[in-house]
Amino acid sequence: MRGVSGIFGLISITIALTGCSDLGVKPWERGILAQQEMNLINEPIESSLNDHIYFSKEASSGGQGFGGGGCGCN
Amino acid sequence: MADKVSEVVAVAVTKTMKKNKDLARLLTAASCALVSGLSTTTHADDSWDVDSAFLLYSESDSRVSAVEPVVSATKNYDEETKLNFKIVADTLTGASPNGATPSDQVQTFTSPSGKSSYNATAGEQPLDDTFKDTRIALSSNWSAPINRDWAYGVGGYLSAEHDYRSLGVNGNLSRYLNQKNTTLTLGLNLSNDAVTPEGGVPTGLHQIPLDRSDSEFTQRSDSENKNLVDAVFGVTQVINSKTIMQFNYALSTSSGYLTDPYKMLSVIDDTAGSNFGGNFQSGGNNVYLYEKRPDSRLKQSIYWQTKHQFDNSDVLDVSYRFMFDDWGVNSHTIDAKYRFRFDNQYLEPQLRWYTQSKADFYNRYLTSSDYTNTSLASADYRLGDLDTYTIGLRYGYEFADNTEFYTRFSLYHQESSGEKGIGKLASQELYPGLDSMMLIMGYKF
Repeated sequence: MRGVSGIFGLISITIALTGCSDLGVKPWERGILAQQEMNLINEPIESSLNDHIYFSKEASSGGQGFGGGGCGCN
Repeated sequence: MADKVSEVVAVAVTKTMKKNKDLARLLTAASCALVSGLSTTTHADDSWDVDSAFLLYSESDSRVSAVEPVVSATKNYDEETKLNFKIVADTLTGASPNGATPSDQVQTFTSPSGKSSYNATAGEQPLDDTFKDTRIALSSNWSAPINRDWAYGVGGYLSAEHDYRSLGVNGNLSRYLNQKNTTLTLGLNLSNDAVTPEGGVPTGLHQIPLDRSDSEFTQRSDSENKNLVDAVFGVTQVINSKTIMQFNYALSTSSGYLTDPYKMLSVIDDTAGSNFGGNFQSGGNNVYLYEKRPDSRLKQSIYWQTKHQFDNSDVLDVSYRFMFDDWGVNSHTIDAKYRFRFDNQYLEPQLRWYTQSKADFYNRYLTSSDYTNTSLASADYRLGDLDTYTIGLRYGYEFADNTEFYTRFSLYHQESSGEKGIGKLASQELYPGLDSMMLIMGYKF
């Protein structure tokens, strides 16, 4: 856990230094971002069906989430 | 006396500051309540959300067809605490390219089990039509906050088909920063897969026997294993009240049996003469070899995604992925979706473009002069130079009771390319394309 905290700490400092802390919104400005449509994966079923097809037809997988596996199709 | 005055002033100042702090706290609490109130209109607390869908997938030229029902149920304990169960079943039928090259002669191939054989006529793409499978996959995930700044998720899955079984566990840890405008996430996935091919595990690069009485068949083991470890490190950043962005770096290692037991390679005659570019023969039979891939693979990818909502409420979702691995494959993927939102309906056109370079050991065929010196080889077009395109359209309709019907239709096109064959092989179609269509129909309640 300490190691993980260390990694997060290091990344946090990097982000603070690179100016990400200037970006963002106040808690009361989150109305739009809280909409279901604004979730990064807002249609998980469609995403998983697509990922499964692409996994079995192409040499790449993952990126957004885990690289997958779980089928003998590739 | 002076001390007393300064003490009174200090207390007063502290009180004022405390008041301001209290006010700020109150405002924050009120806005948080408002925000969570807004979002809970889409996620009712302590209730089950079910998303059920049905996929039909069909390839041109009677290749693979799939039917795949999915049901996903999520119990929302509160805004951030969720338990999800998902079940997927799929049935595949049809024919799949076996890796051999087409020829100007009829070709006969031993089926994977060695119990039968199948043919490809002159000029026809060799397809293994013994391909049929049913898969069941179950998964579950739990996600919850640890405290104000940390959250976690854990999950597991099991997927089984008659010749393949996969078992996995995963977990992730998130750290919120900058008033939750920045989220750092570390995810880890471990899985163990067992491959039990029809007819046993073939010997890589061994000549494919004519039937199962051959000693190659009798010495086979029943199953092989592979292990996967995936790690994803992600940064999600709120840019402004309408834009959110994510960067991920993912590392995936797999080790063990990574070969496709059903794929083969043709050996082509490269000695000058009348059979130059034809199938090389030994003992009057064409020589085909089982493919063989490395026993480890390290993939890395960089992923970027941005979502933006316009003033008219339409949503743009764009992502890019660069992947590279130690097999020599590099790939680029661009995916874009634009959701036109109307009162209780939406329409979402989608485009995806993917390109990959071939693996180092990819060979469309081997030649008679070098096949005995080859240590790794695969003619699987999915490891060759490949470009793919997807065009899709999704439509959704939300009913008054917040349930939703949706459907999506998409077309997928693949273009393979590579070296032209030698001699008479050059007149054969070595890199056929593929067209398929996908239809999803679903209901959320």
